[in-house]
Amino acid sequence: MIEKLREKSILFLHDVYKQYGDKVVLDDIDLAVAPGEIVTVVGPSGCGKTTLLRMILGQEFPTSGQMLINGNPVGLADSTRGIVYQKYSLFPHLNVLDNVLTGPKLSLPFFERGRHKQQLTDEAMYYLRKVNLAEHSNKFPHELSGGMRQRVAIAQSLIMKPKIILMDEPFGALDPGTRENMQVFLLELWEEFKMTFFFVTHDLEEAVFLGTRILVLSQYYTDDRGNGAGIPRGAKIVCDHALPKEAQSTSVKATQKFAELIQRIRKAGFDPEYQQHAKDFDLSHSDSFRTLREDQYTGN
Amino acid sequence: MRKLPVFLGLHASPSTSLKWVLAVIPFILLIMVYLVASDIRHRSNPSDKLLPTVSKMYTAINKAAFEENARTGQYQLWNDTASSLKRIGIGLGAAAICGLFCGLNLGLLPGIKNLFLPFTTFISIIPPLAILPIMFILFGVDELAKIVLIFIGTFPLITRDIYLTVKKIPREQIIKSLTLGASPFSVTYLIILPQIMPRLIDTVRISMGPAWLFLIASEAIAATSGLGYRIFLVRRYLAMDTIIPYVLWIVFIGITVDWGLRKIVQTKYRWYLEY
Repeated sequence: MIEKLREKSILFLHDVYKQYGDKVVLDDIDLAVAPGEIVTVVGPSGCGKTTLLRMILGQEFPTSGQMLINGNPVGLADSTRGIVYQKYSLFPHLNVLDNVLTGPKLSLPFFERGRHKQQLTDEAMYYLRKVNLAEHSNKFPHELSGGMRQRVAIAQSLIMKPKIILMDEPFGALDPGTRENMQVFLLELWEEFKMTFFFVTHDLEEAVFLGTRILVLSQYYTDDRGNGAGIPRGAKIVCDHALPKEAQSTSVKATQKFAELIQRIRKAGFDPEYQQHAKDFDLSHSDSFRTLREDQYTGN
Repeated sequence: MRKLPVFLGLHASPSTSLKWVLAVIPFILLIMVYLVASDIRHRSNPSDKLLPTVSKMYTAINKAAFEENARTGQYQLWNDTASSLKRIGIGLGAAAICGLFCGLNLGLLPGIKNLFLPFTTFISIIPPLAILPIMFILFGVDELAKIVLIFIGTFPLITRDIYLTVKKIPREQIIKSLTLGASPFSVTYLIILPQIMPRLIDTVRISMGPAWLFLIASEAIAATSGLGYRIFLVRRYLAMDTIIPYVLWIVFIGITVDWGLRKIVQTKYRWYLEY
């Protein structure tokens, strides 16, 4: 079963731990992500969701465990993964077109960069049209609004056709209206390109609205190791299930079902009082798996 | 509506024309004080040398700039200017280029940083004038010693400034470049380098002051031409009528270079000013 998952998954994490000194941040993470999913990751602040994203990105490394992208071990950051940060994603000294062109240009050998210029420019303009920024291609990042900047950053990643696009609170600095537009926009892009997203956010509503699958990381749980102070325990995936993806319009956010789902996730992951036992986690997603260590969960 | 004060107080907002008038006032005051003092001295002693009249200064500088020197056959002012600018240009130019590359590598490569940053700090604290004699001993009294002095005086400063600028570039930019397929070389020279060019120009502007200081100090001690050399040479004859125009000329060159560099940043690096 695990072998099969390992083969078909675009992102595969097995027994991944991350420790800073004595502090365990991520505690035995098992995760398999199929191509074309929008995985949204939520959790209380300090639960390690950004750490998890950075490890997938190759900006940090796990203390132990296996991490594969498309079957290959995760190394330093490279073009198999795209990244959109909340800010600093764009190069301030380049205009919009050159920002999008940076990736394709740098991927070519130095002396071929000039030769393919027209072809690359056409491709970049194609993606800029996709993110509705074609008419702004000569502007510099400082001349754009926050939402436009994030769209450039998305185009910048898209053009590289990475296996997976990582997003670290990409809409966190936007005003609510722009934020909602960007969510709808991202879903439209996804409908068209069906790329895989790993989307970290602290906004539950955003996570439930955008994702095809939600991961809740949390340090608020218990297991058979007991509750003593000396037990080095870090965040685990306490909740992992598919999200309904019907015809998406933002009106879905107002429905009863949507609100209940959010309430349930909030309880499972964000309530320090609610200490769910590891054996009761809702890991109902079809790709979800868990290899338990005996001291954590004896099964009775 | 409450009217804002024109000149006094925290909220003063002078009009554009008033700004110009205000800027000019100190200069006019200085000139007036000088003219009056010079006049008073000349009344008691028509051949006073300390505060020469404008006409005396004009004669002196006219002779230096537009009359061939009978002995050397050169135009003294232009010859001095060329010598000085050559020294400062080479010295500061080399410091800028070396400082750029050293700062860039110090800022990006932790290994290089640990190897060289303490050393750079050490070098930057040595007062360059204290090792001027060493320069003369090592490099002779010709051009090289002067250029090296300017270099040593400005290079550590530029390096440290560029290093700090590179340090301030968010880590995200580097990771992002890597996800766009950039090699470490491309990250350094195609992504980070262009981002610090405007800062380099600013740093060079700031370093112009120290560079002039070291230039004039080294010219004062041993040289056969140069603006600093001339000032210190004619000092022996109390030739204030040459010294004052020379100083003004140096100020003029400094302002022009500073203005030129600022214009480059304003036209070529608009994003830097807005960022």
